[in-house]
Amino acid sequence: MQIFICPFCGPRDEREFHFEREAGKIRPDTTKLVSDIGWSDYLNEQRNTKGAVREVWSHLPCHELFVMERNSLTMDVIYSTSRRGPVT
Amino acid sequence: MTSYRIDHGGLIDRTRPLVFTFDGRSYTGFDGDTLASALLANGVRIMGRSFKYHRPRGPWSAWVDDPNAIMNVKLNGREFPNCAATTTYLEDGMAARSVNAFPSAQFDVKGGLDLMHRWLTAGFYYKTFMWPNWHLFEPVIRKMAGLGEISRDVFEDYVSDQVHDCCDTLVIGGGGTGLAAAREAVETGENVILVDDQKTVGGGLFRTGLIEGQAAADWVEAQVAAIESGGGRVMRATTAFGIHDHKLVGLAEHGKFGCPPRLWRLRPGRIILASGALDRPITFANNDRPGVMSLDGACEFLARYGVLVGRNIATLSNNSGAESSARTLEQAGANVVTLDPTAGHACAIGGKRLRGVELNGAFHYADTILCSGGQTPLVHLWRHAGGKLDWNDDLQAFVPGKAPEGMIAVGSANGFFDLQHALDDARAVGADTARPNKKSSYKLTPLWPKPGSKGRQWIDFQHDVTIKDVELAARENYVSVEHLKRYTTLGMASDQGKTSNMSGLAAMAAVLDRPIPEVGTTTFRPPFVPQPLALYAGQRKATLFSPLKRLKLEPEHRAADAALVEYGGWLRPGWFGSGDPTEHIFNEVQLVRETAGIFDASPLGKIEILGPDAEAFVNFAFYNTIATLKPGHVRYGFLLNERGIVMDDGVVARLGDNRFVISCSSGHVDHVRDHLEVWRQDCNDPERIFVHDTTQHWSTVTVTGPRARDILEKIDTRIELAADAFPHMTVREGTFDGAPIRVARVSFTGELSFEVSIRNTYATALWNALLKSGASIGAGPVGSEAMMILRAEKGYIIVGKDTDGLTMPHDLGFTVPRLKKKAAFIGDRSLHMQVGNETDRRALVGLEVDTGSAMLSTGAHIVADGSKPRTLGYVTSSYDSPTLKRPIALGLLEQGAERIGEKITVWHLGKTVTATVCPPCFYDPEGVHLDA
Amino acid sequence: MFQRYSAFSLFQQGLRSHRGWTSAWRTPLPKSTYDVIIIGGGGHGLATAYYLARNHGITNVAVIEKNWLGGGNTGRNTTVVRSNYFYPESVDLYELSVKLYEKLSRDINFNVMFSQRGMIVTAHSEPEMEMAARQVNAMRINGTDAELLDEAQFRKKVPIFNFRPDARFPVHGAILQKRGGTARHDAVAWAYARAADSAGVDIIQNCEVEDFIVENGKCVGVNTKLGEIRAGAVGVAAAGHSSDLLQKVDITLPLNSYTLQAFVSEPLKPVIDTVVYCPLTGAYVSQSDKGGLVIGGGLDRVPSYGQRGNLPMQEAVMSGLIEMVPLLSKVKLLRQWGGTVDVSPDSSPILGPTGMEGLYLNCGWGTGGFKAIPAGGYLFASILATGGHHDISKPFDLGRFITGKLIDEAAGAGIAH
Repeated sequence: MQIFICPFCGPRDEREFHFEREAGKIRPDTTKLVSDIGWSDYLNEQRNTKGAVREVWSHLPCHELFVMERNSLTMDVIYSTSRRGPVT
Repeated sequence: MTSYRIDHGGLIDRTRPLVFTFDGRSYTGFDGDTLASALLANGVRIMGRSFKYHRPRGPWSAWVDDPNAIMNVKLNGREFPNCAATTTYLEDGMAARSVNAFPSAQFDVKGGLDLMHRWLTAGFYYKTFMWPNWHLFEPVIRKMAGLGEISRDVFEDYVSDQVHDCCDTLVIGGGGTGLAAAREAVETGENVILVDDQKTVGGGLFRTGLIEGQAAADWVEAQVAAIESGGGRVMRATTAFGIHDHKLVGLAEHGKFGCPPRLWRLRPGRIILASGALDRPITFANNDRPGVMSLDGACEFLARYGVLVGRNIATLSNNSGAESSARTLEQAGANVVTLDPTAGHACAIGGKRLRGVELNGAFHYADTILCSGGQTPLVHLWRHAGGKLDWNDDLQAFVPGKAPEGMIAVGSANGFFDLQHALDDARAVGADTARPNKKSSYKLTPLWPKPGSKGRQWIDFQHDVTIKDVELAARENYVSVEHLKRYTTLGMASDQGKTSNMSGLAAMAAVLDRPIPEVGTTTFRPPFVPQPLALYAGQRKATLFSPLKRLKLEPEHRAADAALVEYGGWLRPGWFGSGDPTEHIFNEVQLVRETAGIFDASPLGKIEILGPDAEAFVNFAFYNTIATLKPGHVRYGFLLNERGIVMDDGVVARLGDNRFVISCSSGHVDHVRDHLEVWRQDCNDPERIFVHDTTQHWSTVTVTGPRARDILEKIDTRIELAADAFPHMTVREGTFDGAPIRVARVSFTGELSFEVSIRNTYATALWNALLKSGASIGAGPVGSEAMMILRAEKGYIIVGKDTDGLTMPHDLGFTVPRLKKKAAFIGDRSLHMQVGNETDRRALVGLEVDTGSAMLSTGAHIVADGSKPRTLGYVTSSYDSPTLKRPIALGLLEQGAERIGEKITVWHLGKTVTATVCPPCFYDPEGVHLDA
Repeated sequence: MFQRYSAFSLFQQGLRSHRGWTSAWRTPLPKSTYDVIIIGGGGHGLATAYYLARNHGITNVAVIEKNWLGGGNTGRNTTVVRSNYFYPESVDLYELSVKLYEKLSRDINFNVMFSQRGMIVTAHSEPEMEMAARQVNAMRINGTDAELLDEAQFRKKVPIFNFRPDARFPVHGAILQKRGGTARHDAVAWAYARAADSAGVDIIQNCEVEDFIVENGKCVGVNTKLGEIRAGAVGVAAAGHSSDLLQKVDITLPLNSYTLQAFVSEPLKPVIDTVVYCPLTGAYVSQSDKGGLVIGGGLDRVPSYGQRGNLPMQEAVMSGLIEMVPLLSKVKLLRQWGGTVDVSPDSSPILGPTGMEGLYLNCGWGTGGFKAIPAGGYLFASILATGGHHDISKPFDLGRFITGKLIDEAAGAGIAH
């Protein structure tokens, strides 16, 4: 049972969290022309890095969405950042 | 039968004799005995049979590393399979039976299999049983394999508690070093837990003499007292069985036999591993005979249980630790001859009874052979936590190397076999001060399996892996240690290789003529010792496995004789009245069509979207344009996922400029809410939108039918109900009995309908008032089954039933937003991928059968005629329509819209019928009733 | 040709202490050049090498494995083989696999113990029975075997199931695929390794690929711990490590890696003689020939390369299993482990070219790679030999993510996710 850190509720049991997606993906502006490949990349591509990753997670009890940095191999959790402030 | 119990000593309570049976015979032991110690005390040596050759087996050791004495144990009518006799504490009335042996371990009819051993080598089954077919042989082999039988009864209360806890320091192992470390840690003010898997802490101390000038028991008691008085906790009979991510330690706290262990999920600040070491076997000819035992194990039987395992003992040892053990046994009354196995070839002589041992041709009389091949530190938990191992050439053992974060090994687990040195070191670790640096006095002569030597020499006692099997594996190039394990099954027995792994990989190293560390170890997998499945499962069973959602009005429904059925996680009335449901459902449909039905629609989603950006957000979330919806109005639409697939349908009611309510499907509420929450925060400004799910706080009662208005009119809602004042697809707010209510004119039946929503606290009063009002005109409650038919008659879909995971909104006839909606919405771009543009997409259709034919089966496929059948779609909903007095069906069909009027073939479980494609709406296609 | 295994040869060898058995495969050093290099010595990689030799006559092949052969997911799974799929594309693929499995032991003279004891998926309500009917019809129309069992028929097949009134999910019936079952996982890898080796394929263990050699946009080999190895075509069959490998040539795949756990109990005398999966608990169980219950469940919830299990999923799987078969609560768990599986957006595999000339992919099998080993190898061999698709592999091309034509089996059950 890993401990993840919700920026809103603090350290909590991993079962309270839901993996949403990798961080850094931006939804294309669909009111403009988006190529099939561009849209497919947005929908499907995953860096799926072995090692340090940045991901968007939600904390289900409070519904807070946040960015978590962790290591996908060692399972070390590095830190969480609230998306309320400026997200890098 | 002679007794092997000496007349003094041990931790047993000689005032409490316990009677038990083994393989049908009755014996007596004492409180504090294990099954194995009690049997040994009674002179019973053969406690089991090996897995493959059915060779007789006696215990190898006294605790968790014994692979041999496995039994089914019954107490108070409940039998547990595969209990290790060495770790099962004796209780009065226990009935044990050996596994994999018939009629008994002593006389096993399959004992003759051993004669076939030359053909039953490692992996023999990979080379044969192929012709004509494996299926011919498999049943026989399956029956031969396996250990204990499992009784078919369910143990109702065999359910484990689960406890979550934390501490500063967890000490694993209650031997000398564990106690010493824990005491020091307590004295520095830490919150300490010490766990030990035996009932009496002390580990191997009882088999040594004085400890720091005190008798073992006194010393142990003093440490425990100091730990406990300092606020530390000592947990006995508690196994640390695994260390998981983020240093979570799984502990299994065992109670009396037959009680489910309690699971502790413990998160310590640091872990001191004091799990000790195991005496390893010596590989020599016939070393699997009953009576060949671990020297430490024998001393443990003596020290803890007062059992002297033999009278004439030969010891085979390669290390300096054995000498004092031999003296201890001598003092207890045995004749001991110490032999040096490093000097040459040894062979145990005898069958079920040992007669002696031959060393380099010289025979030594012995009824028991005790082996000590060197100590192997118990590093399982160290490896679970990610610690590294180093090979120590002096000790000929893997010892803890680079430590995992927050973990430290002490005592013999760390390769420190001198007690005083280990105690000093453990104290330093406990107090978190500098560790002393001392040289070990422990001496050992390397002694490993000798390939090519004579005789059958066992490496894995339970699985019958001999050195010849290791040689065979090497010959066939299964040389990786994992291949060796899997090919020979070495180390996969119920002790998980605690006895066999080191000898096995040493044998492979010897065969390959490579150093042992180059061969490496296999992965150490949890659990450290087998744990019952109940331990992991905890309290999640029956309704707790997945709790049902309950309606506020459930008591009313029960009183009204509702049949309660689970729909999408909610327990809801399927119909009202007992007996044949078909008739009730039929009547309820007719009631709605002719008069009115009152339906508890509370699980219907009621997700409010509020805030200055609410309009833009709902417009983005829905396929349909919502921005143009005026306050007081309602619109039907679809929620798509980003792949353009219909995730749910529902109506949006706009209650104000900045306030919307989304009524999504009952079974999809949680999913839709989470979906909206994520999008709110991910692609929008969360400070300007608020998503508030009131589904479980409000109840909804739907009044539907041509006389719905009459029913609602009789209760005071402060809402004008006339059709022109309150038309179809609008929403009004009013009050009932002073409480705010919301009434929407939307319909899932095709009839005039009012959906009345109210806070749960007022729901019962509202329901009763509507029922009372309805009763006066002959209306009554209706259940979900009737609603299913009513909506199908009208051609209304249920997402997930009449749609699948490929359905896009234009397949359901809603084409305009895909082509015309200007604003971005979730899934928009996906609708224009190649897949969305294809002309052979499956669309929603109605299906009619020929007059007089039976209704279609839901799940039947519509197939293209031809040599190879091909699915064109399937029947998604099918009912005998009480309204139309004929079967109706909905389906998804390739190019469905263009096939209206076409005859199609419907295929179900090998039979075909024909049907005709029609529009999906069977009832009131003009919508006259809706607008009433 | 390899040394023949048979009851007779076993008998003969028994008489001479098995001294005459020879190496199942060689331990060669890599040559500098091959026609084809396959990265990943698991079931798929080894089967690919075997079928390259057998079906296409290409024997100048190297399989490069960073650890020991069969040591990844091939040696860590729950050994289920089945083709109970909904869409025709999937049935074609997995049915090819089941058919190859049916003949495998005799084809390559190694008993992989393919045991067609039946694969059962339970249904727990009338709507689920309707879905089950939809599934059974699909399977039969698409050319595989399937039966719809009612409650009584299911009770006969699995009498130890939970039929009690307080069962959280009372059984209404089930889908049975009789030809489904289990196989001995390690043996599948070893059987293909032995057959490929004897055909001339070099299986190079303990040799990690460090990088790809790319010249003029074409992949022409790999750099390894043991030096540079060149080839006309390079195939990647590295399961959970595919994304990591392909990142070396800046190819981003639509894959997420997760840990999938599996569990085995202590050995018991036979208690269940089929494979049962309950979709509502997410757990499934069968019993190995050795007697251990082999237990599986869903993916861990956290994407990872951890290759080890954690307690939340263990709780979910074990409670699910006990809810299915309550009498098993007293059985002890012997061992638990985890593998890294690569999950694609539609949970279907990816087979075919990568977009870089000379570099081909076999990945994305998710939780179900083991059952597909023969087909995966058969089709990947065809792709590597011809440079183009086999009819059966075509729908599984990477290109489906651009057209949107996913093969999402969950979709057939009405799930939009």
